[in-house]
Formats: sequence, structure tokens, C-alpha cells
Amino acid sequence: MSSYLLSRILQAIMTLIVMSVLVFVGLYMIGNPVDVLLSPSATPAERLEIIQAFGLDRPVWEQYLLFVSKALTGDLGNSFVFNQPALDLILQRMPATLELAFTALLMALVIGIPLGIRAGLRPDGLVSKSIMTFSILGFSLPTFWIGLIMILSFSVQLGWLPASGRGDTVDIFGVPVSFLTLNGWTHLILPAFNLALFKISLVIRLTRAGVMEVMQLDFVRFARAKGLTEHRILRVHVLKNTLIPLITVIGLELGSLIAFAVVTETIFAWPGMGKLIIDAIAVLDRPVILAYLMITVVMFSLINLLVDILYSVVDPRVRLEGASR
Amino acid sequence: MTRSSQPEISVHEAVGTTALPAISPFRRTVGAMLHNPLAMAGLIIVGLLVLIALIAPLVAPQNPYDLGQLDIMDGRLAPGSESMTGMIYLLGTDDQGRDLFSAILYGLRTSILVGVVSAAIALMIGAGIGLISAYAGGRTDAVLMRIVDIQLSFPAILIALILLAVLGQGVDKIIIALVVTQWAYYARTVRGSALVESKRAYIDAARSMALPDRRVIFRHILPNCLPPLIVVATMRVAYAIMLEATLSFLGIGLPVTEPSLGLLISNGFDYMMSGDYWISVFPGLTLLLLIVGINLIGDALRDILNPRREG
Repeated sequence: MSSYLLSRILQAIMTLIVMSVLVFVGLYMIGNPVDVLLSPSATPAERLEIIQAFGLDRPVWEQYLLFVSKALTGDLGNSFVFNQPALDLILQRMPATLELAFTALLMALVIGIPLGIRAGLRPDGLVSKSIMTFSILGFSLPTFWIGLIMILSFSVQLGWLPASGRGDTVDIFGVPVSFLTLNGWTHLILPAFNLALFKISLVIRLTRAGVMEVMQLDFVRFARAKGLTEHRILRVHVLKNTLIPLITVIGLELGSLIAFAVVTETIFAWPGMGKLIIDAIAVLDRPVILAYLMITVVMFSLINLLVDILYSVVDPRVRLEGASR
Repeated sequence: MTRSSQPEISVHEAVGTTALPAISPFRRTVGAMLHNPLAMAGLIIVGLLVLIALIAPLVAPQNPYDLGQLDIMDGRLAPGSESMTGMIYLLGTDDQGRDLFSAILYGLRTSILVGVVSAAIALMIGAGIGLISAYAGGRTDAVLMRIVDIQLSFPAILIALILLAVLGQGVDKIIIALVVTQWAYYARTVRGSALVESKRAYIDAARSMALPDRRVIFRHILPNCLPPLIVVATMRVAYAIMLEATLSFLGIGLPVTEPSLGLLISNGFDYMMSGDYWISVFPGLTLLLLIVGINLIGDALRDILNPRREG
């Protein structure tokens, strides 16, 4: 177990280093941020001052080492635009994004698993066919377009739900959250459902496939032969074996939800870090782009690591396979 | 990380065991498609859309990007309105007086082009790497598949975002970004089926005839990896088109000079709140039709080529 854990941690660290180099070198090669920061009428002296202030006159590798040593102490540079620490900017907006992502994940599970089980138990029924058609639509409809249609129907036409922002927030341990106020909920529900739609379809398909596969296995037939009720077979034997593979997927999907929140946040003007990164890319605010990417990469590596560990706990075959290799 | 390389019944084997040796896998697949109403619907939708995209310059009432043909006075007209010169705007106009019907036809061209080209390049790279990985085995295989695993653990949109932040805008840039986000899916699919195929007797037979590696790989293994590859490719084209539209919608994909459907939708977004729904809705419906059509074909293909695979 410990050797498995160690190799996974090492791999996560390697990924981090490679990603940081790629992102840094990549960003260094595009446009000159000095042009963005300065007005066209700036004197050469002002120009030089800016270049020195941001360390843009040093060699790439020196800038990178400086960046890494600072990053390890939590200093990812100041935003060119806001003139605030980039890390602070992102951390301020992170709770909003996480709230959105977790709500969406919860929706995907609460809606997706029951529908998937239903579709898996009687795959040929009309209800199951309708569920599967819905899931094809969920895969096919582009998230951003559904968001637009939601705004058009529920906000512009019907006027039921607000189209933008977070609404009233309540502080929990100093972190503002929307889901504790009614007004916050009305703001949260549309974007969260929008973000969840794709994942609902995914969870439906995975659950259905899992249930269909497990139902054919010998131990289910044996449980039936023992005279167990269908309900007990489903709850104890089928569900347990279906949900294990779902753990991996759900873990990875949380990361994907955080990444795809970029789209939903842009449409619903949700003040999360996704909106921040799109604005930062438009004006080439390098420190913010870097900080966002580094934070998401760290988050991803952590999530992947946790999923791997969790998976090896619930399914010992995984770590045994790793040890024998 | 789960490995999904369980043995599957290949078309080769299925045909070999049934009593229909005269019918080629291709014809069998086409025949099955024709009997599946959903697949037919998908084929017709996609066929029509591709056709009108190809002949867009011939059928479009105006060239939406020739500024000389636009009249700002015709801006934001509702569908069915008549222009100053007597032309009917079937689907209305956008803020610059551009006929939306024409703009959609041209946008469709860009969307399909980007989707198909990026999928084709990704397929070639991915299939190549998958074959190498399966055939070489050992350390090469382990390293390549580790890279695939790591890449697949990052969502496509994040990778595309990083690349576009680095590369900037443009058709070529977005194709690069889409290829980078997609190749790993093909590599994994091809490796999985190539591993299964390379253990079969006909490969041993080919090897014992002292055929060169290249010939064994391309003439014997690759053709038998095609069924799952075709299914993945269909789904991936749809995904590539969707991802391109999303990135363009966010304003980091294609430049304004080469608008795809995503950019058209994004243009209309600003006017949606004031009730001018058509600027966004019609390009969106077109995109939707295209993606649903491709997915219907993909779903049918998967059922036909890969009866045991689900999800």
C-alpha cells in the first residue's frame, strides 16, 4: 500500500513540475505584456521601469526559478491589471466556483443514479428509452447554449429566476456562500443545473451500464436462488458493485466541473474564478493566468490522487496490480 | 485509473463465425444502419447540413462577410423582415444587418471544417501512437499509456484553455488545441483493440510468414482495430465541434473574421436580454442539429459494431 501511495504521490509531483514548466514557457513566448500595460505614449524610461519592476528583463529560466521559489511560498505574482496578488484574487473567487461545482455534482448524483438504475433494470421499457434519449440530448446540447436558453425562458420570458450574480450570501467561517439564503438559491439553481446537465447524462449512462452488467453476474442469480427480495438484491448486491467504478468517475468529474464552470460562470455572470481567467486571457494578465492554471493543476493532481487512493481502498485488486508490476 | 481493454468480439471474428462470408463488414454495417430509424435520421440531418455547408456560397442570399453587402440600417430585424432592397431575411439579421441565414451557412462551414480536420489529425496521431504502444509493449507501452492517463485526467476544456492562452486565436491554433485534447482517446482505443488483435492466430500466421512488422501492423492489425476506432471518431468529431463552439463563445477560439456557429451565438448573447432572441437561437439550433445528428450516427454505429460495449 505504501509503495503504491508513494508512486502515486511522486507521479502527482512530476505532473505538477511538467505542467508548470509547460505553462510558464508557453506564456513567456506569447505577446509582450509590457505592451498591454503601457499606454502607447509611454516614454522609453517608463517602459524600462515596468520591465524591471516585473522582472521581464531576466532570462526565461531565471524568471521560472524565481516564479517557482515564490510560488512555493504562496506568492504567484501581482496581477498586471488589478495590481493585487494573483493568488488572493483567485482565492477570493474560489468559494463561488466550488459552491457551483459541488451543487452541480450533487445534482448529477441525485438525479443521475436513480434514473440510471431505472434504465438499467428494465432496459427495453418505454421509460428507460425516454431516459436514454434524455441522456443523448444531455450529451449533445452544448452547455453554453442550454445556459442561454435557460436565461431566455426562465429569466427573460417567465421572469422566475434571476439571470446573473450570486444573490444574497451568508458568511460561514468568513467564506460567503449562497446556498443558505432563499435569494441565493434562486441565483444558484439555474447555473448549477446548467453545469450539471452533462454530468447527469454521464452518471445515467454509467449507472445503467453498471447495473446491466452486474445483474447478469452469478452472484445475483445466486441471491435470487436464495430467495432474497428484489429490493435487497438491488440495494446490497447490485448497487454496491455498481457504485465502486462510479467513485473514480465522480472524482474526476468534480475536477471537470470546476474547469467547465468557466463556461457557466461566463453566461450567468457568476463571480467565480472561471470568469476571472477568461478576462485575464483577453488582456494577457500573465500572473493571473499562471496562478489560475497552477491552482487548478494542483487541485486536479490532489483530486486524482485522492480518487486513486480511495479506489485502491474499496477495490484491493488495483493496488495489488500496481505492486506486481 | 480503470483500464478498459476487455476483449471484444471483432467484426472479423463475427463474420468468420456466421454463415455470411460473402458480405463485407462495411456492407453489413451500412445495411444495419439503413434498418435503424434513429441512425437514418442522423445520417439525413448530417448529410443535409454538410451539403448546405459545402454549397454555402451558392445558396446563401448574401456573403455575410462582404461588408459592402451589409446595410447597418437592417440591423436586428426580426425573422421574416424585408430589407431596404426588398430581400427577405428568413431568420432575421444581427446587429450589423447581416442576414442570419447566410451567416449560419458560412458558420457551419467553419464549424464542420474545424471539427473534421482536428478529428482526422488527432485520429492519425492517436492511432499511430496506440499501435506503437501495443506493438512495442514493455517500457514504451508503459510510458506512452502513462502520458495518455495523465492527459485524460485533465478536462479537455482546461487543456484547450491553456493552449489558446499560449497560442492566441486562429483556425490553425484552435485545430492544434483540439488535436492535443483529443489524440489520447484514439491512442487508448487503438491500443486496447490492437493488444487484443495481436494475440489472435491470424497475426501469428502473418508473422510466421515473415512479413515485415510494418505490413503486419498496417495490413493486419490496423484494419481489425477500425470498428471501435470509427465509433470513437464519430463521437469525438461531435465533441470537437462542441468544444470549438464553446471556446469561440468564450471569445478565446476563432477570431471575429472567421465566425463559427459558437461566435454567432456569442454575438447574439448581448441582445438576448432585450428580447432579440433569434441572433443566438438559430445558430444554436443549427449547432444542436449537427451534434445530435452525429451522436445519433455514433450511437447506432456503436450498437452495430460493438454489441457488447455500453456507456
